[in-house]
Amino acid sequence: MTSGGIGRSVSAWAAGAMALFGGEAWANPVPNQMNMTQGVSEWSPYAMHMVALWVCVVIGVIVFGAMFIAMFRFRKSRGAVAEKWAHSTKLEIVWTVVPVIILIFLANLATGGLTTFADTTGADMTIKITGYQWKWRYDYVDYRGKGVDKVGFVSKLEESSDRTRQLKSNLDPDKIQVDGYNTYLLDVDKPLVVPVGVKIRFIIVGGDVIHSWWVPALGWKMDAIPGIANAAWTKIKEPGVYRGQCAELCGQDHGFMPIVVKAVPKAEFEQWLATQEDEAKIQKAAQTAQNAPAPAPQG
Amino acid sequence: MAHAATHDHDHHGAPKGFFQRWVMSTNHKDIGTLYLIFSLTMFFIGGAFAMVIRAELFKPGMQLVQPYFFNEMTTMHALVMIFGAIMPAFVGLANWMVPLMVGAPDMALPRMNNLSFWILPFAFFMLLSTLFMPGGGPAGGWTMYPPLSLQGESVAYVIFAIHLMGISSIMGAINIIATILNMRAPGMDLLKMPVFVWSWLITAFLLIAVMPVLAGAVTMLLTDKYFHTNFFNAAGGGDPVLFQHIFWFFGHPEVYIMILPAFGIISEIIPTFARKPIFGYRAMVFAIASIAFLSFIVWAHHMFAVGLPMGAEIFFMYATMLIAVPTGVKVFNWVSTMWGGSMTFETPMLFSIAFVILFTIGGFSGLMLALAPADFQYHDTYFVVAHFHYVLVTGAAFSIIAAAYYWIPKWSGHMYSETWGKIHFWSSVISVNVLFFPQHFLGLAGMPRRIPDYNVAFANFNMISSIGGFWFGASQLIFLGVIIHCVFFSKKKAADRSWEGAKGLEWTVPSPAPFHTFDVPPVIHDDELAHGNTDH
Repeated sequence: MTSGGIGRSVSAWAAGAMALFGGEAWANPVPNQMNMTQGVSEWSPYAMHMVALWVCVVIGVIVFGAMFIAMFRFRKSRGAVAEKWAHSTKLEIVWTVVPVIILIFLANLATGGLTTFADTTGADMTIKITGYQWKWRYDYVDYRGKGVDKVGFVSKLEESSDRTRQLKSNLDPDKIQVDGYNTYLLDVDKPLVVPVGVKIRFIIVGGDVIHSWWVPALGWKMDAIPGIANAAWTKIKEPGVYRGQCAELCGQDHGFMPIVVKAVPKAEFEQWLATQEDEAKIQKAAQTAQNAPAPAPQG
Repeated sequence: MAHAATHDHDHHGAPKGFFQRWVMSTNHKDIGTLYLIFSLTMFFIGGAFAMVIRAELFKPGMQLVQPYFFNEMTTMHALVMIFGAIMPAFVGLANWMVPLMVGAPDMALPRMNNLSFWILPFAFFMLLSTLFMPGGGPAGGWTMYPPLSLQGESVAYVIFAIHLMGISSIMGAINIIATILNMRAPGMDLLKMPVFVWSWLITAFLLIAVMPVLAGAVTMLLTDKYFHTNFFNAAGGGDPVLFQHIFWFFGHPEVYIMILPAFGIISEIIPTFARKPIFGYRAMVFAIASIAFLSFIVWAHHMFAVGLPMGAEIFFMYATMLIAVPTGVKVFNWVSTMWGGSMTFETPMLFSIAFVILFTIGGFSGLMLALAPADFQYHDTYFVVAHFHYVLVTGAAFSIIAAAYYWIPKWSGHMYSETWGKIHFWSSVISVNVLFFPQHFLGLAGMPRRIPDYNVAFANFNMISSIGGFWFGASQLIFLGVIIHCVFFSKKKAADRSWEGAKGLEWTVPSPAPFHTFDVPPVIHDDELAHGNTDH
């Protein structure tokens, strides 16, 4: 395998197989991961996913089981003689009604999930996300009812991944690691910093073509469309670094515009935000000073 | 019964000249053959594109192609497979089999039939030629979402090609409807028709309903690109999401255009090899009709992540989930058809059984995708790629392969090599699962679709998938070999009724089917029809 020794693969496989049944809250994709992450946000489709999966597995076992029994029992080579019947109203009613009941159960679950997802009210913070070919821009709009002063930046693929991903670069994607975790194509120059335990509303728009902002650990993706302001929310429970990617084909470098969300404790976030605001002020002052002597632009 | 009517007494046979016979043909069998050869050719071209994709994705890092070319490959792979391989294959099967199954001498509109085929090679020549032009072929995905698709240089070529394919499909659909409604032999009531004919009748209506919608959508793209309209341009007051609504209003019925005839094929093959009539004939027909109806009111489930209002998400989620009911009925009825039968497992039956199991797996992932909250995770990941390849490759393509094995004795007059057919089956069915099953895991773990390179965490399953891909691709060369051997070299003559349990009018004419059949309408005996006696 590409990523290492057989032993490592085997243990990873075992972990993956366990995960299929147990479920884990991976912050980021791990080798041989087979299932969806439970996520780190208050809202997660994981339970819905697992219920649907098990419903499908049970139905599958029954239907395929019946098929294999039929294929074994009713073989011409075992002397089976074909019966003549070709209809049974009773059976047909049963297998119309039973699926309907199962579907009502699933629909009920899903409607609940959808309702909580759609409710972006009561957010303590707003961040505007803009998708560009091929980078993201983040603008902090407000925090705890107060407007944020000019904190915004562009976040794009960090340089070592960018060099490695060039055609025939002969650089090894395995070598790109942060804290022992491979971050090839999943790391940026400047991550989005957010506080934990705060309901954050994202306003998501597209700057040129359609993109889609997706961090699996947050449990959803939302398209970034020119001319439309979409909203979604998250409330992250654990501090950590959560990685994602653009999920809507947006041109040649669609695969190379990752997303990194760095969730930190509230106090730390507030400190970070204050520093950013100060820096913005200094920058603005410098700009004004620079611009002052220049003549006013002529129409 | 029909034998006497099919003798070539003073009637002319096939024209002698190659050009006259094939290019000027108005014969449903020859045109059917042309369609099938064309679709097989496109299957290999589209497959070659898929090999490029899987080769680049074999391991992390960019080894073979530029990202832009990779996007051209994913776009072209889809366009060629959908419009070039799957749809023409079904039209080819309809051309060959519908007249034979309903006791008609030919298609209702034979000259239009010729035109609707011969448009296609030109359309695809135009589409494929963009790959060799400066600026390259389309690279915005087969769904052509603006504004991205408008950045391409090949918009005009692609849209003209799509218009031609649409015209071809609509003419084919009109022809099939006219044939089925007007040319049935006396006594072939609608509810005695084979399920395959029913499935095509319904599919043809879907085609007529939605191909013009696609034409409208792409025409608006064209005017946005070249005539400064702003249908989809937000800066000019347009709406990029409008395109998606129009496209998927076409696109979802289109999905069923590619699977309903497959249902029909499987409903012919399973009763034949189970030697037992299809279970619940009327329910089977009604289920196809219900699925066709529902296909018009589920389109926005492709758009759960565009930020629809909650009411719309709920409506499209419920409507989509409803499709599981008629689809479930079909699967249960196929299993019940096998139950109590006397089964043998020739190659067409093996492919049909694989169809039922693997299509159902694709249906399960479809049900999961229908759940909007979960779809916020699944959408645009490899989970979706796995889903639609299970329904289109092990669904639609397997049914076409099954149909080819099932009817090739009737077409060629020879039996194919059962041994090689089975080798083809086992090689295909194993490799296709090695190819697509791990893609479920990749999607759930967080790998987006349509990316040329990926994080090292996704490496192992991608490598497994690529190995499965090369293996599956190579397996189809066996199929080609079996067909060539059967048509040109096989010594084993096919009987008129090539399969012991086969019922239906097509098995009453000689093998190979003579150039003209049913010059005089056959006399219908209900017992000889596959579904003749439906009143139990």
